[in-house]
Amino acid sequence: MDYRTVLTTCTHCGCGCNFYLEVLDGRVIGTIPCKTSPINEGKLCIKGWNVHEFIQSKKRLTQPLLRKNGELTEVSWDEALDFTARRLKEIKDAHGADSLAFLTSARVTNEENYLFQKFCRAAIGTNNVDHCARL
Amino acid sequence: MSEQVKNRVKELLSSGKIKGFLGLCSRNGHIAPHLFVNADDLDNLVVGDKLAAGDSRYPLNRQLINLVRAYPDETFGILVRGCDERGLTALASWNQVDPNKIEMVGIACPRELALACECLKPYPESFVDGEKCEGVSPESVARIDTLQVKERFDHWYHEFSKCIKCYGCRDICPMCFCNECSLENNELIRTGEIPPEIPTFHLTRAVHMAGRCIDCGLCSEACPADIPLRTLYKKVADIIDKQYGFRTGYDGAQKSPLNFLGGLPE
Ligand code: SF4
Ligand code: SF4
Ligand code: SF4
Ligand code: SF4
Repeated sequence: MDYRTVLTTCTHCGCGCNFYLEVLDGRVIGTIPCKTSPINEGKLCIKGWNVHEFIQSKKRLTQPLLRKNGELTEVSWDEALDFTARRLKEIKDAHGADSLAFLTSARVTNEENYLFQKFCRAAIGTNNVDHCARL
Repeated sequence: MSEQVKNRVKELLSSGKIKGFLGLCSRNGHIAPHLFVNADDLDNLVVGDKLAAGDSRYPLNRQLINLVRAYPDETFGILVRGCDERGLTALASWNQVDPNKIEMVGIACPRELALACECLKPYPESFVDGEKCEGVSPESVARIDTLQVKERFDHWYHEFSKCIKCYGCRDICPMCFCNECSLENNELIRTGEIPPEIPTFHLTRAVHMAGRCIDCGLCSEACPADIPLRTLYKKVADIIDKQYGFRTGYDGAQKSPLNFLGGLPE
């Protein structure tokens, strides 16, 4: 028997609420809001309360998908990144950097978001960058 | 930090009487619910008073249910205050836990916590730490009872209208163990819609807590909108007591008058 309560941070929005994930024998079975966290003081919104459900969801994407002959096909990260880089270059060369827009995520770290906007502005050359949390 | 609790847990774990002890521990600068399995690893055991008495209580009984469902043959120890003991008594009467497979390590709550909780019985039957203090009757209920019906309705309407429908009151509740929840039933509540229907959402839950709620207050503490849910459920408990002479978790032999499980009445 291996039962743990693992302190972590909600991935759903920028508030960064803290909770414990209940992990029994390697399976995540529940979420318990952290009462001593100064951010959320033992409270969560409905998204945070259900974090444990998506982690092991069968619907979760675990590999990049590329549409080949109209069909979404699982490919390696290398193939997906090569394809994306090539197409971004082609589009930028043909239509200019502002023809591209980039969406980042509340579900990654601050640092990753910083890198992402840097990539958009410095490497691609556009300010068209936004994120999913601006709903 | 409680040496008495620690010593008792050490004794239970080293004698092999329990497989693990569900309690609280201090780690990462926080107080966390924790399963202790090693008698020599109890240094961080605490009772959940970080800045004030009982300010970091967790739904340990709820976690216990998860453990016993996965390991029904094992015996577990658990930290209990008065409310947690009431919870276990009631959970046993609902066949959710086997009292023979639970070793309670009790602590009595200090006066300040009993006052904050307006707790009728701020201590378990037996405890290794703390001192028994007298129960406190619920002023919050008496205050609302003095209001005229219209004012009372306005009061609750105002409170309920703050709800963000997080379901936290249900999710934290150690007495919510149903496989299918009425609050997710489309016939009763419009699911997938915000704001919730007022007062249907809250009154549905209040009715469901009748004969169930053991007045631990964890729901109020988890409510992001600071709705005084506990006061509402205290009132419901008073009504059940008045009508049926039943208070949840006080007498294990007595079943809830609203217990419809187990076949039709004769
Ligand atoms: S629990 Fe809700 S408010 Fe808190 S971080 Fe997650 S999504 Fe944001
Ligand atoms: S409800 Fe009663 S037993 Fe529970 S923490 Fe409050 S005072 Fe203690
Ligand atoms: S006080 Fe709230 S959390 Fe505790 S048993 Fe009653 S309804 Fe559940
Ligand atoms: S915890 Fe409060 S805000 Fe959340 S659903 Fe319950 S009453 Fe509404």
